[in-house]
Amino acid sequence: MTAGAARAMNATVETHAFDLAKSSVRDLNAALHALKPGSNASLWRVANPRGLHAIAAGLDAPVTVEVDGPAGYYCAGMNKQATVIVRGAAGVGVAENMMSGFVHVEGDASQAAGATAHGGTLVIDGDAGARCGISMKGVDIVVKGSIGHMSAFMAQAGTLTVFGDAGDALGDSIYEARLYVRGSVKSLGADCVEKELRDEHRKELFERFRLAGIDGQIDPSEFRRYGSARNLYHFHVDNASAY
Amino acid sequence: MNEHVKAPAAPRTLPRESATFDAYTLSEIRRAAATGIYDIRGAGAKRKVPHFDDLLFLGASISRYPLEGYRERCGTNVTLGTRFAKKPIELKIPITIAGMSFGSLSGPAKEALGRGASAMGTSTTTGDGGMTQEERGHSQTLVYQYLPSRYGMNPDDIRKADAIEVVVGQGAKPGGGGMLLGQKISARVAKMRTLPEGIDQRSACRHPDWTGPDDLEIKIEELREITDWEKPIYVKVGAARPYYDTALAVKSGADVVVVDGMQGGTAATQEVFIENVGIPTLAAIRQAVKALQDLGMHRRVQLIVSGGIRNGADVAKALALGADAVAIGTAALVALGDNDPKWESEYEALGTRAGAYDDWHEGRDPAGITTQDPELMKRLDPVLAGRRLANYLSVMTLEAQTIARACGKSHVHNLEPEDLVALTIESAAMAQVPLAGTQWIPGANGAF
Repeated sequence: MTAGAARAMNATVETHAFDLAKSSVRDLNAALHALKPGSNASLWRVANPRGLHAIAAGLDAPVTVEVDGPAGYYCAGMNKQATVIVRGAAGVGVAENMMSGFVHVEGDASQAAGATAHGGTLVIDGDAGARCGISMKGVDIVVKGSIGHMSAFMAQAGTLTVFGDAGDALGDSIYEARLYVRGSVKSLGADCVEKELRDEHRKELFERFRLAGIDGQIDPSEFRRYGSARNLYHFHVDNASAY
Repeated sequence: MNEHVKAPAAPRTLPRESATFDAYTLSEIRRAAATGIYDIRGAGAKRKVPHFDDLLFLGASISRYPLEGYRERCGTNVTLGTRFAKKPIELKIPITIAGMSFGSLSGPAKEALGRGASAMGTSTTTGDGGMTQEERGHSQTLVYQYLPSRYGMNPDDIRKADAIEVVVGQGAKPGGGGMLLGQKISARVAKMRTLPEGIDQRSACRHPDWTGPDDLEIKIEELREITDWEKPIYVKVGAARPYYDTALAVKSGADVVVVDGMQGGTAATQEVFIENVGIPTLAAIRQAVKALQDLGMHRRVQLIVSGGIRNGADVAKALALGADAVAIGTAALVALGDNDPKWESEYEALGTRAGAYDDWHEGRDPAGITTQDPELMKRLDPVLAGRRLANYLSVMTLEAQTIARACGKSHVHNLEPEDLVALTIESAAMAQVPLAGTQWIPGANGAF
């Protein structure tokens, strides 16, 4: 059972069905935004998402939203508190600028997954495209497949854990985010270096596996850690070509 | 006998300085040679470019009659965001305060901007680094900038804002990102931006999760969804290709387009960028207006113009050329007290003088405005500075009304290109108004 499914099962009592073939994303979001504190037991099942954009964007309530199919751009954008599960692929910028909560994509995710997200957890069962975790500011991202080029560009804080491979220029101009990759890294971006994987990092990885619902199945020691060399933190002319 | 007569000295020419290698250029070559780093500074383009000074109003005459200066009404209000937003912004004057970040400006400076603007019934704008209590608390109408860095970006602040401005670029540096040097990354600034304290911080030049107009349209849709379609969404571009950028912003669903010319200020950018990239404000307005007109969206999507607006005449000229409102940044800082001669000795100690000080990124502003130094910050009284800004905005508004009445207009928005002539061929071509004393509009029948 996936972590998302487990959370969905925990959310009982009130279930709402919403069919995007019959109503608009605007109606769905308006209904979700109107939820008052105390409605935390509700489960929303969204049918026929058909790649529509901004599904479940801007939520700020501890509800669970299950999207039964592929979502378009910015699904669960700026999420707070909510659990959003996409039973399909997710388009550009899934969970962009998330503040808190849990977003689970059961398929692949397009570019800029988790871009600039400040908090919460984003789990992607498949692959993620280019710029995964770009400018991330505190989110924990777990990708069970591989990630594309320029991922974690200017990543400021949080963790990006990748079970597969990473494309070109991983962690270019990275600040203090921590990157863990189990497979190969095609190339590292400017100022991104491999760092020692210590016990504290294994512990952190173990915690990320738990978030992704696969604790105990993978050895954290199989991962390599990457982070900032901090050479670009202060402008120096000899580094000019790297800026 | 001749050997006793001294030959007259041959006349010498005066020392001749090169127009090409002028004193500033020579000093820059020496500075570059000594440091190996390009020059970074604040403010906008300082070179002379065709500007509003090159335009004149014709005023009323036999065929057009004026309004009485002190008796007949001349409206100045403007509504922004009438296209899609459920809650458009209503401003009493068509002069707004441009986006300037907390980080580049001190907390008291942001508060003063809010106080001054609110007193006059107009809006202020956040900047890179997020929204502070100083500006939200003291700004009756606050526009929240949505920038590539997304520093401090969060949905709660978006919902607290009265409008959202998606920043694609700014006039001082179209295509450039931001820079905030370590001296200004105080503990508070660092926390707001999720960055280590004291580092030299670079902001991205491109949004992380969209590229191009098709993506922008979806991004704007997301922002509308998050805010339940209530808030006007502006798109701000640096003046470079204003015809196409305006058209694409409209296509992407903007309620308001902001076009910022090269004289518009920056907190910190390379001098070479400020002076050599982008086009003057005057050259941008008519292109932006034409894009709106060609799409049948003029006045339906509002246009805000910024970059070198200094007085009510500039406001009136921008509106006459088709803008709905203007934004001021540098002028607002001067109204607060920036570059005031009363700090002359301190400016000299910094190697500059009042009126020329532009090393805003260094955080040592004697006026306490472009700094995060707690001691310098104390020099700015936000109440007094806010009053100064309100006074200045009031004067600009009265000036614009004076001109509008002289042209027979009962609202400043009724000013039109027909009220204007140009003093130079360049400005006539850029503004698409006749050269004074002629009926000649260079390029009138040609394409842009």
